[in-house]
Amino acid sequence: MSDFDVRGVSRVFGKGQSRVVAVDNVTLSVEPGQRVGIVGESGSGKSTLVRLMAGLLPVTAGDIEFGGRSITGGKESDLGFLRSQVAMVFQDPRSSLDPRMRVGRTITEPLRSPLLDGWDRAARVARLTEVMTKVGLDPAIADRYPHEFSGGQRQRIAIARALAPSPRVLIADEATSALDVFTRNQILNLIVDRVRDDGLTLILVSHDLAVVRHVCDSVLVMRAGRIIEAGPAEQIYDHPADPYTRQLVAAIPKLRL
Amino acid sequence: MRRLSLYAGAALVGLVLLLAVVSLFWTPFDPTHVDPAARLLGPGWPHLLGTDGLGQDIFSRILVGARVCIQVGVIAVAIGCVIGVPLGMAAAASRSWPGQLIMRAADIVYAFPALLLAILLAAAKGGGSILTAMTAIGIASVPAFARIVRGSALQVLSQDYVLAARASGIGPVRIAVTHVAPNIAPVVLVQASVSFGLAILAEAALSYLGLSAPPATPTWGRMLFESQQYIFSNPSLALWPGVFIAAAVLGFNLLGDGLRDRFDPTLVEVR
Repeated sequence: MSDFDVRGVSRVFGKGQSRVVAVDNVTLSVEPGQRVGIVGESGSGKSTLVRLMAGLLPVTAGDIEFGGRSITGGKESDLGFLRSQVAMVFQDPRSSLDPRMRVGRTITEPLRSPLLDGWDRAARVARLTEVMTKVGLDPAIADRYPHEFSGGQRQRIAIARALAPSPRVLIADEATSALDVFTRNQILNLIVDRVRDDGLTLILVSHDLAVVRHVCDSVLVMRAGRIIEAGPAEQIYDHPADPYTRQLVAAIPKLRL
Repeated sequence: MRRLSLYAGAALVGLVLLLAVVSLFWTPFDPTHVDPAARLLGPGWPHLLGTDGLGQDIFSRILVGARVCIQVGVIAVAIGCVIGVPLGMAAAASRSWPGQLIMRAADIVYAFPALLLAILLAAAKGGGSILTAMTAIGIASVPAFARIVRGSALQVLSQDYVLAARASGIGPVRIAVTHVAPNIAPVVLVQASVSFGLAILAEAALSYLGLSAPPATPTWGRMLFESQQYIFSNPSLALWPGVFIAAAVLGFNLLGDGLRDRFDPTLVEVR
């Protein structure tokens, strides 16, 4: 069974003059263990698409199933099965970490969710040490605040929070875009390692085709809210069919050493 | 310079608080003791700031007046906070019609000056009292709290950490308590300080008009009113309550400004 089945999904913002079709009749499916890259320029609707899939925005039309169950049109209280299985990492760790919450509390926040049982204090502390070690953070820094950390470390904190409840699917929305090149590679490798070791499904959103090529086994190319090309990563990179994709692939900076 | 208003404000507010606390245990004279033999004395000993037209000790009355003014400020700000903050948060959480309804209702209350509200309340209760004054000032300060809380809460709700909390199944009430409240607390504190100053000023005005504490209770506004008939012969009678009202209002406003600078989000990371 697929993890995600997205069928004919659209999302419209605003009305009248300011009406914007952010996602336009998109259909796709994500299999368990797959590493899907969604690429496209800014404003192509890729972030909106994953937010729809994470149940953070209602769809305007179409249907999304997660693990065979529909996540559209239901009440928030019916989305427990999705919330407990799908975790997200956002682009800007300054905005995705509460500046007035200690990082230990931020990381264990998902464990306090009413959807999960059995996470008493001791279990949360043990899990905190475990995930912080997994993402390369010293558990001793759990009582500090986000502003005391660099961008890369903040993104590690955000990843630790996403991994804490042992999700099945990890959605990374431009998770490395706000970082410098060196840190970007470290965080990318961290995501790859965790996805491989924990057997997660990965949905990686990026405007950077080089990043997606490094990580993903299949790629979706989005433009103006539509998927214009989809397929295995090698095929997209080596034999892009759509002219826009060819343009994007040609724009990847090549490093000659 | 930035720190100056914080410290100056804190010092003035501290002074008023000190006067209020001292008045609970000690006043040099009974503030309501009428002594016809000691009318209209100038500043000196034993009447530090002199006496008024009834021979009452002005310093003692200033001390008790400080207590009244702190009491009115605390209650009025508490009413404003307790009603305004949840309303503002609710308005931010539901951007569609319930939120709009709350904000339009706030606009209507905002259109009523505290003074008019106090007169209405006093008329309804058959006479002004310190309670009607506090209630009126408190209700009049609700819209300011609701507006500022709504604005800040909307800003917090647009952050990705709220989205992350939602994505892990944390409900709206928990988000309000764990994320929104701590992040808007500084803004509420600043507003409380500014509202406190406004409340003192409003109470002085109501006292002056006789719509607040009963005649026997010395308040700064009433002292100002009573000094009116001696304004040409003994102008210093009007000076003392005026100076203390100004100092208290200035103190709370400076404190509010200082706190605002202290909590300016653009300066948070510079610390």
